[in-house]
Amino acid sequence: MAQIFGIRQLAQALRERKTSATELTRQAIAAAKNRADLNALITLDEAGALAAAERADAALARNPESVLAGIPFAHKDIFCTNGLRTTCASRMLDNFVPPYDANVVDKLAATQAVSIGKANMDEFAMGSSNENSFYGAVKNPWDTTRVPGGSSGGSAALVAAGIVPFATGTDTGGSIRQPAAFCGITGLKPTYGRVSRFGMIAFASSLDTASVLARSAEDCAQVLAAMAGHDARDATSANRAVDDYVGALAKPLQGLRVGIAREYFGAGIDAGVAAAVQAALKQYEKLGATLVDISLPNAALAIPAYYVIAPAEASSNLARYDGVRYGYAAKEPKSLEDLYTRTRAEGFGAEVKRRILVGTYALSAGYYDAYYLRAQRVRRLIADDFIEAFKTVDLIAGPTTPSVAFKIGEKSSDPLAMYAADVNTVAVNLAGLPAISLPVGFSDGLPVGLQLIAPAFEEARLLNAAHQFQLSSDWHARKPEGVA
Amino acid sequence: MSAHGNWQPVIGLEIHAQLSTQSKLFSGASTAYGAEPNTHTGLVDIALPGTLPVPNRAALDKAIRFGLAIDARIAPHSVFARKNYFYPDLPKGYQISQYELPVVAEGKLAVRLDDGRTIEVAIERAHLEEDAGKSLHEEFHGATGIDLNRAGTPLLEIVSKPVLYSAAEAVAYMRTVHTLVRWLGVCDGNMQEGSFRCDANVSVRPVSSEKLGTRTEIKNVNSFRFVEKAIEYEIERQIRALENGEKIVQETRLYDPARHQTRPMRGKEDANDYRYFPDPDLPPLAVSAEDIAAVKATMPELPEARRARYVDALGLPEIDAAQLCADRATADYFEAVLAALPGEAKLAANWTLGEVSAALNDAALTIEQSRVPAPALAHLLARVREGVISGKIAKDVFAAMWAGEGDADEVIDKRGLKQISDSGALAAAIDAVLAEYPTQLADFRGGNEKLLQFFVGQVMKRTRGQANPQQLNALLREKLSV
Repeated sequence: MAQIFGIRQLAQALRERKTSATELTRQAIAAAKNRADLNALITLDEAGALAAAERADAALARNPESVLAGIPFAHKDIFCTNGLRTTCASRMLDNFVPPYDANVVDKLAATQAVSIGKANMDEFAMGSSNENSFYGAVKNPWDTTRVPGGSSGGSAALVAAGIVPFATGTDTGGSIRQPAAFCGITGLKPTYGRVSRFGMIAFASSLDTASVLARSAEDCAQVLAAMAGHDARDATSANRAVDDYVGALAKPLQGLRVGIAREYFGAGIDAGVAAAVQAALKQYEKLGATLVDISLPNAALAIPAYYVIAPAEASSNLARYDGVRYGYAAKEPKSLEDLYTRTRAEGFGAEVKRRILVGTYALSAGYYDAYYLRAQRVRRLIADDFIEAFKTVDLIAGPTTPSVAFKIGEKSSDPLAMYAADVNTVAVNLAGLPAISLPVGFSDGLPVGLQLIAPAFEEARLLNAAHQFQLSSDWHARKPEGVA
Repeated sequence: MSAHGNWQPVIGLEIHAQLSTQSKLFSGASTAYGAEPNTHTGLVDIALPGTLPVPNRAALDKAIRFGLAIDARIAPHSVFARKNYFYPDLPKGYQISQYELPVVAEGKLAVRLDDGRTIEVAIERAHLEEDAGKSLHEEFHGATGIDLNRAGTPLLEIVSKPVLYSAAEAVAYMRTVHTLVRWLGVCDGNMQEGSFRCDANVSVRPVSSEKLGTRTEIKNVNSFRFVEKAIEYEIERQIRALENGEKIVQETRLYDPARHQTRPMRGKEDANDYRYFPDPDLPPLAVSAEDIAAVKATMPELPEARRARYVDALGLPEIDAAQLCADRATADYFEAVLAALPGEAKLAANWTLGEVSAALNDAALTIEQSRVPAPALAHLLARVREGVISGKIAKDVFAAMWAGEGDADEVIDKRGLKQISDSGALAAAIDAVLAEYPTQLADFRGGNEKLLQFFVGQVMKRTRGQANPQQLNALLREKLSV
């Protein structure tokens, strides 16, 4: 039985006055400064955090309802924060201070949780290594020569390094689950529409989901409970009740049918990753689950479909960065066209430009049918594969990534190799489903993640399955050397 | 033989009607016209990062209302699409419009032409879209000012099929649509403020040909007269070009009202690839049978139905019926007068289109602002019918009412305009006149019956027009024993 000192324990300590929000916040700020080498934060908001901690301490005196009150955390720098610079890790928004809070920011502020700042990420969430940041690469706390994964790499590194117990993130093609796997933590991607996208800077609108990275499934459940819910400011937000995620954690797994998709155990998977995942599946059997062989026949089409749809949407979403109203603007433009071309040439990084070009091409007259429309048809097929599979199983399991964290610089010159690392995660976004990555072992001393996928709006089932595993294992309690 | 020799013009119109909603199509910002630049702009309207569009159901209801009025198909699911292009007054870098699946499709509208014919114009579609902002080139030396107040304002783009065959038909159609959108309360129709504007697609083809010629598009013409002139010019220009063996270039042209010409728009508008695709921020817009029924329940009687009823049931002349139905407020005024004065449709119509309309014109007021409201007019006309005053005197009373001197009875009393129907008083007046003109009386008695009118006139003069004409006639005849 592995216990970590998680949100529940912190909340209890706060209520027993063994610590205070201010003390926790000071510790988190100190830890962040101490691990500046990780480059996990773009903005450390010391003053704002301490002010929020003071308010949280006042609230704690009145015994607040939310378990998150007074707990420090960090926001991925993709969530707009009123009065606090929000960069999306782009030169384009280096000077951008939003006059509004994202829905996720609002909701967490309402719990009196204390944000210490804004986490580094891949520029506009485009990347799988956190090397595509205007503010530099983030390093993996398990091995600082390696990537933490992306795009929520800063969030994952902060949690893995023990700086904060949780951090917000976003997942468009794996951007929560892959860094969670690379950093040995737990990351939940909810159903599309479960958490509002209002105030979350768009990458690919039909795929972007907001959620949480934490040490354990239990912590994820606590945070998702605060983030989820309908928001009238997001037309794609689901108008349905939020399940009791925490309440569902304790359910035994007896009779749970776990689908093993043969496509997720193909040639590309590292032996060490496969071994750790197989061991975890055995553990699930011990917990009472039944493993069922299934097939997701269109799995191989997910990457090509994703890398048409996501860039197509991005090419349009990022058109607003034109140097006219806010953000970076080229100096002394000679003409309107010069303003546009230089602003965008100078303001965006290479990967963002690559995706804008790919997306623009895919939507162009004469190519639209062959790329965008075909990718949408494939998307339907992939979603149908899952619907079919969930007729016989409750969850689908497999490795989150085919390999462990790679070296910084190893794949940065080969975008296609980088994209291929998303092979197991992107299909979930295309189908809009919830999925979780939890640590299940190590390969070459680096964490391995297991991905569980559930039918739409079955986050409670995922969290329950992950929590039960974590009650019977201690992979999630392991910390990199030197981390307290 | 057409008016253009061996050539037949073919015209299709794209009308942009601004929907009269309080707030914008995808944000809560106000749509009011004429505010200080960039004051009616919310987070969504200036396209700040992370902001999202939320559809305004009121705009959808207005689109449905228009769709029902043109007997169109209302899509159970219509899809918003992004039209991508860069321009400073387009904050998102794309306009949200509808492309493959518009909310309204395949309607038709009966259009009465000046020559008395009625044509049925097929309407291909009407779709919702947001307006762009405005670029202000004048006041900023060497730079361009951007006003985003209009950005995001809801428009209904109404696209006719190319089934209009002259400038006159095109303008009659445009006027009919203009009447209809105002009638339905979906658009204020204000052309000066750009609430109702039009692009015209014009081509010509040999009369013998079925195949459409190459078209040009005339952009953003905002008056009926200019639309007619622009199309007329463009038809002539194309015919001239074709007769000289030139080819028509598919292009966008602007109408120059000073020169009455169209000329090619600078830039390569037609070369733009808008990269339309469904907007992933907006789920398909669902319209249920209940939604349609709810709108249907509030539909007014349509202008064409009302016009027909005025002719068939009320017996009004076509021209009166058409004029009354040119806008709903006028027709409603007429009906309010008629409701208080049953059976007097012609009288009510004459006054609505005559005195009232003239007074409104002089005062530059709309009929809703009429200084003589319908019940007051009905009251005045009732006095005419009752014989209290004559029709002629009624015009003076109306003018006094208009000037604020009180209601009909007050004016009649104050000015002593009541008709003399008292036979004693009338008899005395007649006696006095007959005594005054003995020669004429003798002539009359000698057989000159035309002099009867002379005596009538004299009695009227003596009574300052207040004599009841019927009674006067009868009494006079009695006295003269004719």
